[in-house]
Amino acid sequence: MRISCPLCGPRDRREFYYRGAAVALQRPAADAGEDAWQAYVFLRDNPAGVTRDLWYHAQGCGAWLVVTRDTASHEILATELAAEVAS
Amino acid sequence: MAELTAKSPCAGRLPLTIGAATVTEETLGPMTSIAPYRGRQADLAAALAAAHGLGWPQPNRSLTGAGVRLIWFGRDQALLTGAVADPALEDMAALADQSDAWAAVRLQGEAAEAVLARLVPVDLRRAVFAPGATLRSQLGHMPASLTRLDDHGFLILVYRSMAGTLLHDLKTAMEAAAARG
Repeated sequence: MRISCPLCGPRDRREFYYRGAAVALQRPAADAGEDAWQAYVFLRDNPAGVTRDLWYHAQGCGAWLVVTRDTASHEILATELAAEVAS
Repeated sequence: MAELTAKSPCAGRLPLTIGAATVTEETLGPMTSIAPYRGRQADLAAALAAAHGLGWPQPNRSLTGAGVRLIWFGRDQALLTGAVADPALEDMAALADQSDAWAAVRLQGEAAEAVLARLVPVDLRRAVFAPGATLRSQLGHMPASLTRLDDHGFLILVYRSMAGTLLHDLKTAMEAAAARG
């Protein structure tokens, strides 16, 4: 499996660290209420299909990436710098 | 006061020649990591040009000037070697002295690509990784910075604490590449 880092180009999967669903980029406001925080901290989709994850290019450029991939076909559909997605 | 003698990371262990590859220790002089503050990239590039005659390197590129080299070192980060960074840069970027933090070796020879092909999971052939190209990846299990210096030469940087492991891994790969003939 290879992931195309927007900065480094296509790289082997072993250079990356997997964080999890890309919800960390949509952190609720501190006063958003229990339901919003409950969903943010605990509730995750587990799709057989397209999902968005955070990956860290630990052995490469040190960038956090948002990787859009298909859990059924293992196809990687898009990679973006998390800094650009979040800003 | 005791007189302390500086010891280089690979002192007493290099040079090493096996087959068509040679490893020598590189003395890069002062090393400073430069990480621009948000929104100051353009100012930093201008200041670098004024102070050191170099711009800001594109990802996976290194720049060389008079006695200095600026190596892209990660997202929004570069490593200046060969000169002490101009203090004027401090307004635009976080500077950190890395002079004794890295082991630097040069791998030279016809077999250099074959040696690195056993250690680095990236295509480093001349056609796609030309002189001046650089990258951050792993060498064996070590985080490393690799820069192609010329047609058969690479500059390899790893954390100084891993110098022994670097030389062991290089030696093993050089022996294997030489055995293939």
